[in-house]
Amino acid sequence: MSAQTVDAEPMAAVGQAKMTARDVDVYYGEKRALHSVDCDVIENEVLSLIGPSGCGKSTFLRCLNRMNDTIDICRVEGNITLDSQDIYDKELDVVQLRARVGMVFQKPNPFPKSIYDNIAYGPRIHGVSSHKDDLDGIVQRSLEGAGLWQEVKDRLAEPGTGLSGGQQQRLCIARAIAVSPEVILMDEPCSALDPIATAHIEELIDELRQNFTIVIVTHNMQQAARVSQKTAFFHLGELVEHNLTGELFTNPKDERTQGYITGRYG
Amino acid sequence: MSAGILFALILLVAFSGYFIGRGRSLSVAGGAMADLHSLPSYYGLYIALWVGVPGIFLILVWLFLEPIIIEAMVLSSIPGYETMTEPDRQLALATVRNLAGGIGIREDTSADLLAAASRYTGLNSTSAWMMFAVGMALAAGTLAVTYRHIATEMRARNRVEAIIRFLLVLCSVIAILTTVGIVLSLLFESLRFFARVPPQEFLFGFQWSPQIALRADQAGASGAFGMIPLFAGTLLIGAIAMLVAVPIGLTAAIYLADYAPARVRAIVKPVMEILAGIPTVVYGFFAILTVAPVVRDFGVMLGIDASANSALAAGVVMGVMIVPFVSSLSDDVINAVPQAMRDGSYGLGATKSETIRLVILPAAIPGIVGAVLLAVSRAIGETMIVVMAAGLAANLTVNPFDAVTTVTVQIATLLVGDQEFDSPKTLSVFALGLVLFAVTLCLNVIALRVVRKYREKYE
Ligand SMILES: Nc1ncnc2c1ncn2[C@@H]1O[C@H](COP(=O)(O)OP(=O)(O)O)[C@@H](O)[C@H]1O
Ligand SMILES: [Mg+2]
Repeated sequence: MSAQTVDAEPMAAVGQAKMTARDVDVYYGEKRALHSVDCDVIENEVLSLIGPSGCGKSTFLRCLNRMNDTIDICRVEGNITLDSQDIYDKELDVVQLRARVGMVFQKPNPFPKSIYDNIAYGPRIHGVSSHKDDLDGIVQRSLEGAGLWQEVKDRLAEPGTGLSGGQQQRLCIARAIAVSPEVILMDEPCSALDPIATAHIEELIDELRQNFTIVIVTHNMQQAARVSQKTAFFHLGELVEHNLTGELFTNPKDERTQGYITGRYG
Repeated sequence: MSAGILFALILLVAFSGYFIGRGRSLSVAGGAMADLHSLPSYYGLYIALWVGVPGIFLILVWLFLEPIIIEAMVLSSIPGYETMTEPDRQLALATVRNLAGGIGIREDTSADLLAAASRYTGLNSTSAWMMFAVGMALAAGTLAVTYRHIATEMRARNRVEAIIRFLLVLCSVIAILTTVGIVLSLLFESLRFFARVPPQEFLFGFQWSPQIALRADQAGASGAFGMIPLFAGTLLIGAIAMLVAVPIGLTAAIYLADYAPARVRAIVKPVMEILAGIPTVVYGFFAILTVAPVVRDFGVMLGIDASANSALAAGVVMGVMIVPFVSSLSDDVINAVPQAMRDGSYGLGATKSETIRLVILPAAIPGIVGAVLLAVSRAIGETMIVVMAAGLAANLTVNPFDAVTTVTVQIATLLVGDQEFDSPKTLSVFALGLVLFAVTLCLNVIALRVVRKYREKYE
């Protein structure tokens, strides 16, 4: 019953796998949400996860930094590695894992604190620096990295919740990069934003690729085409097809993929 | 008695009115249901409400006015009524009532009073019959009139809605008027008190000793009405209660909201609510029988001269009583912090306790403050525990091992037993009640504001 994943030849040739998932099954209680998913995330690339609602994109994404641990009924089986190290290893510190694999959520969720404290939150809890000057530097670099510095540099003490939706989402991205992660997971980061704010974030994702490896869930196929190098198509908990983005959209190997990208369902 | 029968009869008429109205509407429609403006049951309700509501209203008004009018009539028939003083009149009336009930008839009972008594009996039975007659006439009348109203184009639904609306408004008005009445009576009686004891002496006096000397040489009965010691006692006990309730309640709430597995939560929450349902008098004897001796022994161990009643015992037990209150309110507030905040924090690699300390609690603080203020206002108004465990001595002290007294305790003790209602000692109760009311009202208003403001933030 498990559909065979169509692996394209050129994929193996480029880049190094930053994260690998092998035979990943996820259950919510009795309900199975993912069926033996195999997937690699290549370093300094953007991987898009697409597919109809409820197909398990978020579930898979949340496996990559063990956010599923916070859901009582959720059980993850299989093997997922980061730099060849098993992230579900009992010895592994999930706090450190999440510092290395950051996350940006669908709805912007800045803390009800000042802009400065939002960014400084991660560095503070990880004890990166308690020195005011260091922290100032991290805050500025993170905001610059998220393309928000020019807009907020004079109002760092104001609450983050007072920003516009698009600014809030960039604040959340800045908050994530402030802890210098290696991988950033984004779950439909633009779905709550207007087109201009969306364009901003898409540009940003392209820039971030220089320094980070990115996995992004999106409902918008144009967005996937614009920002990502690889795309994975999920359907009913299975990873149906995983290929170079251009290849997957122009020349889908599986008819379910074709059905989805031509808008026949989903 | 006859009021009860009349009540039942009016209900019966109203009930039958419902079916009569329904039937009538169907017959005027002549089977063409679509011609009727409203459903048949609305025509029935229209009659039933018009019969029932005025009838019951009549009974209530009658029962309220009956004794006032009859007593005035009886009084004025007693010879020499004009020259009587008010207490004499009350006395005469009481005698008449007793005589009418067949109590206290003696050889020497004055003929005037006996005559008044028989007049009283007569008036009462006349009134009863009149009420019965008027009530039934009203019911029959409204039934007939409303019956004739029924026509296909009559908007019964709208009229029924209007009557129901009127009834709802009436009930809310009654609730509001009762509150206003209580506050006003507190106010006026307090004014009577302040006519005898100057407000500044009451508000800022350092001595509370409400017993008024009947003889000049009587000791310990100075009639001093300074409420500061009472308030100090209230605050001391309230503070101790909060010191117990807030840490325990808050940590319990945090555990329940963010740590407890669903199964534990399903058991612990209801148990907490049972704790909140224990009558305060039970906490009271728990305080006096179990906690107070322990506190005293503890004080002795520390070399402090502890009294049998102590602020500490009362405060600790009151704190335990308030724990479920604080934890349940704080639990709601903590749960109202969106899951997205937690996800955001966990996603950055924060641990559970870091998330709670740095994100959840700061976000929930206004709501928690509101919860604590509500708890304080409960502690201040709490009576039973302190009556039993805190003592009666109006000491101005911060030593928790001392006996203190509180505003509520004084109110309770001053009113136990027979009291004349024109001595400052008794009237002081109203002034204390007024101050207490003002304080708790302010606390509640602030607390509710804070909580509401906080709720809005995440809407
Ligand atoms: N917390 C949860 N508890 C139970 N079932 C869940 C939970 N989260 C997701 N699911 C189920 O898992 C499946 C995949 O969900 P999800 O990964 O959120 O889909 P997607 O992000 O692709 O829309 C869905 O059927 C959903 O109902
Ligand atoms: Mg999703």
